[in-house]
Amino acid sequence: MMRQLFIALFLMMPLAAMAAGGESVPFHHETNLGNQASLQRGAKMFMNYCSGCHSLQYMRYQRISEDLEIPEEVMENNLILTRGKIHDTIQGTMSKENAAEWFGKAPPDLTLTARERGADWIYSFLLGFYLDDSRPSGVNNVVMSNTAMPAVLAPLQGFQALKHEDEGESEGGGHGGGHGEPQFELVQEGQLNPAEYRAAAADLTNFLVYVGEPVKLVRYSLGFKVIVFLLLFTALAYMLKKEFWRDVH
Amino acid sequence: MASRFMNWVDARFPATQLWNEHIGEYYAPKNFNVWYYFGSLAMLVLANQLLTGIWLAMFYKPSAAAAFGSVAYIMRDVEWGWLIRYMHSTGASFFFIVVYLHMFRALLYGSYRKPRELLWIFGCLIFLALMAEAFMGYVLPWGNMSYWGAQVIISLFSAIPVVGEQLTTWIRGDFVIGDATLNRFFALHVVALPFVLVGLVIAHIMALHHVGSNNPDGIEIKANKGSDGHPVDGIPFHPYYTVKDLFGVGVFLTLFAAVIFFAPEFGGFFLEPPNFTEANPSVTPEHIAPVWYFTPFYAMLRAINFQLFGIDAKLLGVITMFGAVLILFVLPWLDRSKVKSIRYKGIIFKVMLAALVVSFLILGYIGTQAPSPLLTTIAQICTAIYFAFFLLMPFYSVLDRTKPVPERVTG
Repeated sequence: MMRQLFIALFLMMPLAAMAAGGESVPFHHETNLGNQASLQRGAKMFMNYCSGCHSLQYMRYQRISEDLEIPEEVMENNLILTRGKIHDTIQGTMSKENAAEWFGKAPPDLTLTARERGADWIYSFLLGFYLDDSRPSGVNNVVMSNTAMPAVLAPLQGFQALKHEDEGESEGGGHGGGHGEPQFELVQEGQLNPAEYRAAAADLTNFLVYVGEPVKLVRYSLGFKVIVFLLLFTALAYMLKKEFWRDVH
Repeated sequence: MASRFMNWVDARFPATQLWNEHIGEYYAPKNFNVWYYFGSLAMLVLANQLLTGIWLAMFYKPSAAAAFGSVAYIMRDVEWGWLIRYMHSTGASFFFIVVYLHMFRALLYGSYRKPRELLWIFGCLIFLALMAEAFMGYVLPWGNMSYWGAQVIISLFSAIPVVGEQLTTWIRGDFVIGDATLNRFFALHVVALPFVLVGLVIAHIMALHHVGSNNPDGIEIKANKGSDGHPVDGIPFHPYYTVKDLFGVGVFLTLFAAVIFFAPEFGGFFLEPPNFTEANPSVTPEHIAPVWYFTPFYAMLRAINFQLFGIDAKLLGVITMFGAVLILFVLPWLDRSKVKSIRYKGIIFKVMLAALVVSFLILGYIGTQAPSPLLTTIAQICTAIYFAFFLLMPFYSVLDRTKPVPERVTG
């Protein structure tokens, strides 16, 4: 009986397997919200490199301070770079009008970007800047071509050039062709070596995934307890049913 | 003391009588199987939607300027708001899962046949009201898919000749989808349609308890009563089916909680990625698809890309899509088989039902995908099979070789 019920309910579940894949992006990011140090580094990086242009309009400084265990004083003195108070939401410093005039397009709010585009997309975008003389900012991006965003992280990453696909193929030689990771060549080094920069981009991605849904930090552990309770409840209900149905033939 | 109190109440309100008629002395067949859980589960999800909906409405702001932000506020700043919202959004999808399985049960065992035609029709009306409720609820978070989904669905009405254009303007309350549309959808979603739904559910249950439940054998247990005047194959709903349904509730809630806590987006099927960005009339999502529970009907709409009898393709598609729901209403009069249950029906019905289920699932998949010539052809075939199941039923249900039906219910 129980097995049948599970089968019946799971009939609809295979739908999940064909999940709406979204855009395909070159790099994969393994999100780890359990790594608080990474989230803290990501928060620091966001405030220093991103918050000048990008807001997190639904996220409060205080929530970050509580969730990531960053003392409020540290937050106020080091990470709130605007006139915002600890209980405020995180607003960018530029007006939308100015930003639109300077960049051609106002930098988007990033609160829900991780939920809209996914962690892989953000991570790939952060790694995907390359030199392109045809662009006003001098750079382009493999994930979002002709992005209006300049290479803000170039002081860390350095500048890289994109090798053309046919070159990549001839070098790779093996199976898979040139459609996997794009091949970059570091033209000018930054403060971080490529491995360090990838780690930094991963921290920032982690942080943005957390910002997209702060409750993710507690959702899983609470869910585990709820399900343990429900399984016990179901077992008891099953025994109760058995007992009552003893006299039904 | 307690009985004196009940006597006092019963003299003024038929409390004991209602309890006995609907629960305490409602005799249900003793051979219900797993398919019979979904009726009570549908009521459970309805209660979940009503309760979580009330709390969401306390914090949600029905205006184009504030709606999206207020949902973010519920998810972040309202205590337990995220849980209430996930219960509501996951509940919407589970409502359809449960209702689809409940309807499939009726197809399996002929629960729509005489004397349960009105019971079935009330059920079809619930399904229709539920679709309207779900569609309007989907618009409320004011994400970009909410906006464009509403755009597509409302524009369907423009296919209606002569009055179409004015009708769409009247529905939107504006020339585009905007604040006025959101406001009226809020009113309909939280006041009007819940009233309709609850009223229909009451009518559905009253009809059920009046005629009595069908069962997997499709025989009438009331035809065989014992000396006590109760059906020999019946058992009182309480306590037998209350404890049994309690177990079903446990299994259901476990699965429900698993989705709420571990996969509330359900891979983009329950909450779609484009809906995490605010409604934007100038940015169209890559491809617009309705939520999964509408995709079979959406695929039928898109499958009709040809004109027929001088009716243009768009109108024909709309007719097909609504026809796919409306045809359910006449099902009791299409089935002319001598038996009700699939257990005693012949091979033709079994093949047709299997074809219907497979076609419906394929249509559901195609509705989530961007259109392509191959998928459109497959969708056309599946749409034809869907309608063939119903329209050919008067013929194959007579031809089909049925088995003899037992006197008493079997295991």
